[in-house]
Amino acid sequence: MTLVNYLVLSGILFSIGAMAVLLRRNSIIALMGVELMLNAANLTLITFARWHGNLHGEVFAFFVMLVAAAEVVIGLAIVVSIFRTRRSASIDDVNLLKN
Amino acid sequence: MSLPMSLAETGVVSTGESVFFWIVAPLAVLAALGLLFARKAVYAAMCVVFVMISLAGFYIVQEALFLGVAQIVVYTGAIMMLFLFVLMLVGVDASDSVVETLKGQRWIAAIGGLGLIALIAAVALRATMPAPRGLELANEDTNPVGVARLLFSDYVLVVEISGVLLVTAAVGAVVLTRAERLRPKRTQREVLEEKMAAYAAVGDTGLRGLPAPGVYARHNAADVPALGADGKPIEDSVPRVLRIRGQQRSIASVSPELAAQLEASTSTHAGDGGARSVTQSGQPGMPGTEPAPGTTTVDGERPTSQSTEDTGTKRAEQEEQQ
Repeated sequence: MTLVNYLVLSGILFSIGAMAVLLRRNSIIALMGVELMLNAANLTLITFARWHGNLHGEVFAFFVMLVAAAEVVIGLAIVVSIFRTRRSASIDDVNLLKN
Repeated sequence: MSLPMSLAETGVVSTGESVFFWIVAPLAVLAALGLLFARKAVYAAMCVVFVMISLAGFYIVQEALFLGVAQIVVYTGAIMMLFLFVLMLVGVDASDSVVETLKGQRWIAAIGGLGLIALIAAVALRATMPAPRGLELANEDTNPVGVARLLFSDYVLVVEISGVLLVTAAVGAVVLTRAERLRPKRTQREVLEEKMAAYAAVGDTGLRGLPAPGVYARHNAADVPALGADGKPIEDSVPRVLRIRGQQRSIASVSPELAAQLEASTSTHAGDGGARSVTQSGQPGMPGTEPAPGTTTVDGERPTSQSTEDTGTKRAEQEEQQ
């Protein structure tokens, strides 16, 4: 087994996360799909850090984690405030810009 | 050579790492599919928690100890718990409708996702890469020290900026989730003045605190009304919720003998309420139960605080006088 296995695993997880964003209507689950994609990217970064023998990739992954934390806080706050006004967490119900 | 061959020398990972990978990676993929197919949002969240933990395992196996621990602390500890909190807030049964709003979106998305997997796998498998080097050299002084050296030298400006980002995110979350104030704020003075005005207009509006339930009622649960000094139950003393639900109980249902005694004492005293000055209550359980009405009262004296023995001697004196 070589390090390529990690890259393939990360690709699979990334695609599943992307499909979750596209397929699920619940906005919270869609956000979880985004998290899964970010994590898959982190796995790639860490694998390449090991590949190239320096820690810059790990530092990148660290910053991705940090930005993901900030993103999820704001994303969930938006979900909560939309739920408060529209009583729904479904993505399809957010359609004020339609028509 | 006693040590296992390193990654840099052989180009393949150790046997232990392979075993770990082939056990955990399929489970992680299954859990990720759970995100896609789980009907209930909480199950999806738990599946993602599992994926996060297995990714932390991969990080640690890949000599990124610091990130593995940070992954567990930040993702499973903070982010996924935040997700669960919001799920509870929004309602666990936040409906996931099955109706397609865009025609054929499901198939397009599925085909696109599978195509993405095939594309990434093909690129990863067919690309020409240099020989892997491994992190032995970079992790000479342990992995956290190596990461910290980079973070606080080359990337120190980015660390500062990310601090600003985190503060902004926290403030933004507070602003976004803050409830709108619908009516002006009431100060303590206004509340008090309202209460006093209602008291002046209507009368007894509960300006005083409500009596505690169950006191002197042979039962200390909150569903039994307290007894007033006149031996009558005070309905207000039972919490309002219990009264509305009809869960309050009468004294007779808790202690029939006490109810009977109360009945007897109130009927005895019913007629002479005006004739007596302030004396012992004559209620059951209080000192001064036995004396018959009329005999306990001595004009100009205050017999309320006296014990039964005192009343007994006093009665004897009275009888002597007569």
